[in-house]
Amino acid sequence: MCGTCGCGSDNNGPTILKPGEHKHSHNEQHHHHEDEHSHSHNEHHHHDGHSHSHEHSHDHKHKVLEIEQDILQNNQLLAARNKGYFEAKNIFVINMVSSPGSGKTSILERTLVDLKSEIPFYVIEGDQQTLNDANRIDVLNIPVIQINTGKGCHLESDTIFEAVKKLEIKDNAILMIENVGNLVCPSMFDLGESKRVVIISTTEGEDKPIKYPDMFHTSDVCIINKIDLLPYVNIDVNKLKNYALQVNPNLQFFEVSATTGEGMEAWYKWLKENIV
Amino acid sequence: MHELSIALGIVKIAEDETAKANAEKVTKIELEIGVLANIDLDSLNFVWDAAVQETVLEKAEKEIIVVEGRGKCIDCDTEFEMENIYDCCPNCNSNFKGILKGKELRVKSLEVI
Repeated sequence: MCGTCGCGSDNNGPTILKPGEHKHSHNEQHHHHEDEHSHSHNEHHHHDGHSHSHEHSHDHKHKVLEIEQDILQNNQLLAARNKGYFEAKNIFVINMVSSPGSGKTSILERTLVDLKSEIPFYVIEGDQQTLNDANRIDVLNIPVIQINTGKGCHLESDTIFEAVKKLEIKDNAILMIENVGNLVCPSMFDLGESKRVVIISTTEGEDKPIKYPDMFHTSDVCIINKIDLLPYVNIDVNKLKNYALQVNPNLQFFEVSATTGEGMEAWYKWLKENIV
Repeated sequence: MHELSIALGIVKIAEDETAKANAEKVTKIELEIGVLANIDLDSLNFVWDAAVQETVLEKAEKEIIVVEGRGKCIDCDTEFEMENIYDCCPNCNSNFKGILKGKELRVKSLEVI
């Protein structure tokens, strides 16, 4: 649906760009709103008139269809397709999720710098706007695609499918997908990842796992970032972990500082174990 | 606001099924939404009108059947009602449980003409 006027159109979907690529002009992409302005207002997708005839052919034509269909089925089907592709090529895929500002990109950058000589990495960056994150990864000489979701608040499996085609990933690699910073919506959308990693930082409240339980419920790993700030912030890490375990008793934790590098070794060890 | 994506998913299902049935439009849609499905019904209602505009659902009556949450403790087999995904077993306080009901997010039926 078009976010500007509410009319049904797919043209306002996500854009998928490599660093250095350019978007098409707004006019071309946004289903010709500019052109339509020359028409009379009545013609502007029938908002006023409802000129189509509403026949009232009565009940004998009524039919009840028992559908019983999962609303997220489309996303799940494409996620399964992605997953099959990843498994066939032995690509280990991480879906990184968190609220904005917890350090997803910093953890990613540090990981890439420290491990890129040992492991081939690929990155998909998801943000509502800008190529900033992709540019941060691009300077490390890692193949990267930026997905701008526009008004969208999460990545979906069809966009990942398109981005993956564009990335041309080689076998036996790790693909890191940095989701849109949002602790609510991305939890519902499987991208076909191997593992979901939720990141929380010590500057956030220790009760965040029960405030936003769905994300912790669907994740496999929880990275607690910014532990270098522990002397300055009022947070009890054990309490945080207990809240998270209450939501998901199977969570595995890593306590790290992407800034100082503390604790990153354990995270790297886990990554390496998963691509063998 | 993932409810917009959800609403658009519902529209797609309705469009496809209406076309399959050679019908013109939907007069009534029944949705099943569990309390543990991470859907805010107010948000869904809020985006609904915009999402269904100019689709087969534009004039459809929407009925939402809310499905209560139920879990079963893995440690002591107790079945219990769940309001939140982090509710623990009321009998033994274990956090290990299976969710039996409450994650539903389904189009149950469509009435078409």
